[in-house]
Amino acid sequence: MTQPRIELLLALLGAAAMVLAAMATPWLKFVLTLALAKGIAVLGIMLLLRAGQVSFGHALYVALGAYTVAFLAPSMPDAALLLVAAALGTTVAGLLIGLFVSRYREIFFGMLNLALSMVFYSMLEKFYHYTRGTDGIRVPSLTVAGVPLDRVSYEWTIFGMALVLALGFGVFARVYLASPLGQALSAIKTRETRLDFMGVSSRNVLLSAYVLSALMAGCAGALIAMTSRHVTPLLAYWTASGELVFIAILGGAGGVLGPFLGAAAYELVRVYAAATVADMWQMILGAVLLLVILFARGGIWGLLSSRLQRGRVA
Amino acid sequence: MGDWFEQNGALLGLALLDGIASAALIFMVAVGLNLVFGVLRVLNVAHGSLFAIGAYAAASIGLFFTSAGLPAWASLPALLLAAMIVGLVLGPLIERLLLRRIYSEEPVLQLLVTFALFMILEDAQKLVWGVQPVSFSAPVSLMGTVDVPFGADVIPYNTYQVILLPAIAVATLIGLALFLRRTLTGRVILAVTTDREAATAMGIDARKVYLLTFTFGAMLAALGGALSTPTASLVPGIGASTIVLSFAVVATAGLGQIEGAALTALMIGIGRSIAVTFQPELEVVVPYLIMVAVLLVRPQGLFGVVETRRV
Repeated sequence: MTQPRIELLLALLGAAAMVLAAMATPWLKFVLTLALAKGIAVLGIMLLLRAGQVSFGHALYVALGAYTVAFLAPSMPDAALLLVAAALGTTVAGLLIGLFVSRYREIFFGMLNLALSMVFYSMLEKFYHYTRGTDGIRVPSLTVAGVPLDRVSYEWTIFGMALVLALGFGVFARVYLASPLGQALSAIKTRETRLDFMGVSSRNVLLSAYVLSALMAGCAGALIAMTSRHVTPLLAYWTASGELVFIAILGGAGGVLGPFLGAAAYELVRVYAAATVADMWQMILGAVLLLVILFARGGIWGLLSSRLQRGRVA
Repeated sequence: MGDWFEQNGALLGLALLDGIASAALIFMVAVGLNLVFGVLRVLNVAHGSLFAIGAYAAASIGLFFTSAGLPAWASLPALLLAAMIVGLVLGPLIERLLLRRIYSEEPVLQLLVTFALFMILEDAQKLVWGVQPVSFSAPVSLMGTVDVPFGADVIPYNTYQVILLPAIAVATLIGLALFLRRTLTGRVILAVTTDREAATAMGIDARKVYLLTFTFGAMLAALGGALSTPTASLVPGIGASTIVLSFAVVATAGLGQIEGAALTALMIGIGRSIAVTFQPELEVVVPYLIMVAVLLVRPQGLFGVVETRRV
């Protein structure tokens, strides 16, 4: 089988496993929905990593998507419409900010994103009249296609939305990366000047990936808001951005499945571990991040796919 | 305009003095970040954590001195001592164990490594000093206040912030410039910055220079933190806001520019304090508005020259 086929097969198997797990243990549904949402956001980070760029500020778009849902929910309680609104809002924001940050690479790219997300965090915190500050906003119960749902079917609906979006974005990212535009993205990492010599605008190539990553993070944020039903400025804090980067590196930037593998592993460990080691959580993340970078560059997906390849050669 | 000044003159003066005081602190951190980047070519995201740890260490040592019954003037050397200890312990540790492994890596990986270090240090700081606000203001009360004339008004302001901090910042600026250009070690650092390979071929031990520079940079960050202690209440998160703010200064000035960083720190410090005084919601936005505005017109920063001398 070819690599894409294997990936698609694994993705479908993974999706089926998730549905089964969610059916068997209902509380896992909540965790898995969050994992899928974060996986979508991390997919965007992975696109940027393909271009050799890392953003320490993508929590901005997650928070923007989440707050869009929280702001609009009272007047427009339909989950699908809210998702579309969050997607539109973050795409526009990604385009505006992207026009600025896509002029920069590496250090500047990473740090400008961090700076902008910290500004957004402070604004969410300070403009109390609109955002209710650190208390955050509660998301009222939503309807699906105009029908109010009971808790269980609501949870299933959001879980299903997350799964469909994850598969959709995954396939899309695959197609995007295989397209000339996606190939040019990797060229930014290897040698950007040659792209420009060929008459390809490297800025626009990076911008396209940036807007896509903002859109993905925004959808993730909307899903998170619909699942946790409560949004706070912490969604935009640098630790949240760090978490996304952490998952991207943990999962491995090699394949489209990496982000989801990383996110599922991360969320499951977090459920058990974060409460017991809450004071040291960032520290542990940092240490694992260092270990992965220094000793297992490819992340989980890298380890898995090298196994697969070795199996095929033998 | 005349009326406005009559009503708000004292406020404006106060904002300017606040701005100068905070610019002095921002400069100390930014110049360290800049120096380390200039020589090692690595942007140390954990630089803000060194600031925070320096600040907390200063509070601990200062409070210890007080409880040990040392005279009040001892609180000033306590700040210096804290910065020295933090810089001399953490600096070599980080450079030797971590940075040394990644000098030849891609920039993204270097960023990720220092970011991971930042995550580790932020929690380490919380584990050691907790999340309750810590404060130590002895040096401020020790030095009293001074009357600063401003137009028709006279503004009483504490001596520590309006005289000592700017004096230390200016001394650092001049001292650093003289050190880099007039002493042998300084010129060796400049040589490695300009061309590492050529410098190594001449018999310079570049690894030693990296270690020295990073330790010195760490000390500057910790000193910035220690000096901020007497006028700030220390809470978790100061490390994050410091790295972001000092990066804004460095980016606005142009990476590697030392004198430029001083002017930019002043610009951003005063800009921010004017915002605090007259339009508090905008406080956090102003430094970045300045940065974005500058970068839109001059992507290499105000004083940055496209690829040239780096320190």
